[in-house]
Amino acid sequence: MPAPEETDPGTDRTPRTDRTVLDARDISRALTRISHELLERNKGATDLVLLGLHTRGVPLARRIAEKIAAVEGAPVAVGELDVTMYRDDLRSQPTRRAHKTALPPTGIDRKVVVLVDDVLFSGRTIRAALDALADLGRPSAVRLAVLVDRGHRELPIRADHVGKNLPSALAERVSVRLSEVDGIDEVTIS
Amino acid sequence: MKHLLSIDDLSTDEVQQLFETAADMHDVQRRDVKKLPALRGRTVVNMFFEDSTRTRSSFEIAGKWLSADVINISGKGSSTSKGESLRDTVLTVCAMGVDGLVIRHPASGAAHQVSQWVDAAVVNAGDGTHEHPTQALLDAYTLQRHLGSLDGRHVAIIGDLTHSRVFRSNVQCLTKLGARVTVVAPPTLMPSGIATWSAAAGFETSYDLDEVLRGAGVHGRPDAVMMLRVQRERMSGAFFPSAREYTVGYGLTRDRLALLDPEVPICHPGPMNRGLEIAADAADAAQSVVLEQVSSGLAVRMAVLYHLLAGDLQGQQGDVA
Repeated sequence: MPAPEETDPGTDRTPRTDRTVLDARDISRALTRISHELLERNKGATDLVLLGLHTRGVPLARRIAEKIAAVEGAPVAVGELDVTMYRDDLRSQPTRRAHKTALPPTGIDRKVVVLVDDVLFSGRTIRAALDALADLGRPSAVRLAVLVDRGHRELPIRADHVGKNLPSALAERVSVRLSEVDGIDEVTIS
Repeated sequence: MKHLLSIDDLSTDEVQQLFETAADMHDVQRRDVKKLPALRGRTVVNMFFEDSTRTRSSFEIAGKWLSADVINISGKGSSTSKGESLRDTVLTVCAMGVDGLVIRHPASGAAHQVSQWVDAAVVNAGDGTHEHPTQALLDAYTLQRHLGSLDGRHVAIIGDLTHSRVFRSNVQCLTKLGARVTVVAPPTLMPSGIATWSAAAGFETSYDLDEVLRGAGVHGRPDAVMMLRVQRERMSGAFFPSAREYTVGYGLTRDRLALLDPEVPICHPGPMNRGLEIAADAADAAQSVVLEQVSSGLAVRMAVLYHLLAGDLQGQQGDVA
């Protein structure tokens, strides 16, 4: 994602004028709904592969997988996808640290791959993810699930499953914090 | 990190960061589509003024898998053989808009010298008997994969130390990662003045390979063994009476292999002189990681090229203007 989306509460120098948009319960409810939507759309969990995008998409994908497993009574394949090497803004910044890409052992060929991310903003991360997927295999379909859609798309990309539509000004900052990464579950706008 | 000239230029954190990237790159080798777009539009020139199979081909593949355009220039067959100076050759090549220069040269310090002349990122792929940083990184990376962490582990490096740039880079890299190192060589192949260096850097030296392998040395039994090639092409005099005598004193023979625990990894940077410094039994043993070093080398070189060339090249030099 482009720089404005990188959420790092530690470097926040402005006095906190954050407004909490989703709290832990809201996040959990949104993920539960997304899990059910996925199951309904896919008519079950077979051939479903959830791929979380680094950093915060990874725990979100795991949480959705747990919720689906609880409903279906069978585990669902989860993996993580790093798109660093596929970004279109590699050149304009100091070298970015790459993360791990881990596909489930079943692979992604002929599967329905659901990309999971925290915030959908410009759409450039998803563009990079689609390129990365093409190098990894050929899914029968690719869907996109995001916790927050804040608008301001720069590419013709949309999400299939959205936790919360959050109309925002470009200057505003949407921060998703998850307990696995940040120790707390919340979505704030500032 | 603008160039990679010496292991000494890297902090421990930077080494670990390279290893993390290398682990990601390692996965690419198992994919159907072995291609990442990270270096699209970048040009890398491999300039090898000395023979090489694995280093040159792995730098070439590493660059290509990262989508860079890679060109090879060797000393033989280039204008160097018409008498062109090194400076003129690299300036000519860089005038074509090259982003990365991977250089191997028989003169110690050549890569450092070249880095003063050009804007391109320079990677030292071996300069004389001085350094070979990517070899040290791939050796440490391979050992770390086998031993978990190198901290406190004992690595024995055996062979032709005098002519070995691999040994010089490896000692720096291994001690940086916390390993205890013993280097073993016959007195004639022990570099002069090594006592000062070993005292400063905190590694041990020995003339007795059997003692070290049995664990009777200062650091006890080795957790890994690294054999070095006897570099006959760099030897101008007689450093040992005969090949047979070298093997008896310092070769990893079948008998010495039996002294090692079966899980102790055996490294060799290649090319191996089978029967001289390493017996076929050891080279082909289950605990030999020689071929793994080659595939690790590719991953590590991809990581190096990625870190040097993927980001904003101006920004990395610290030129804000």
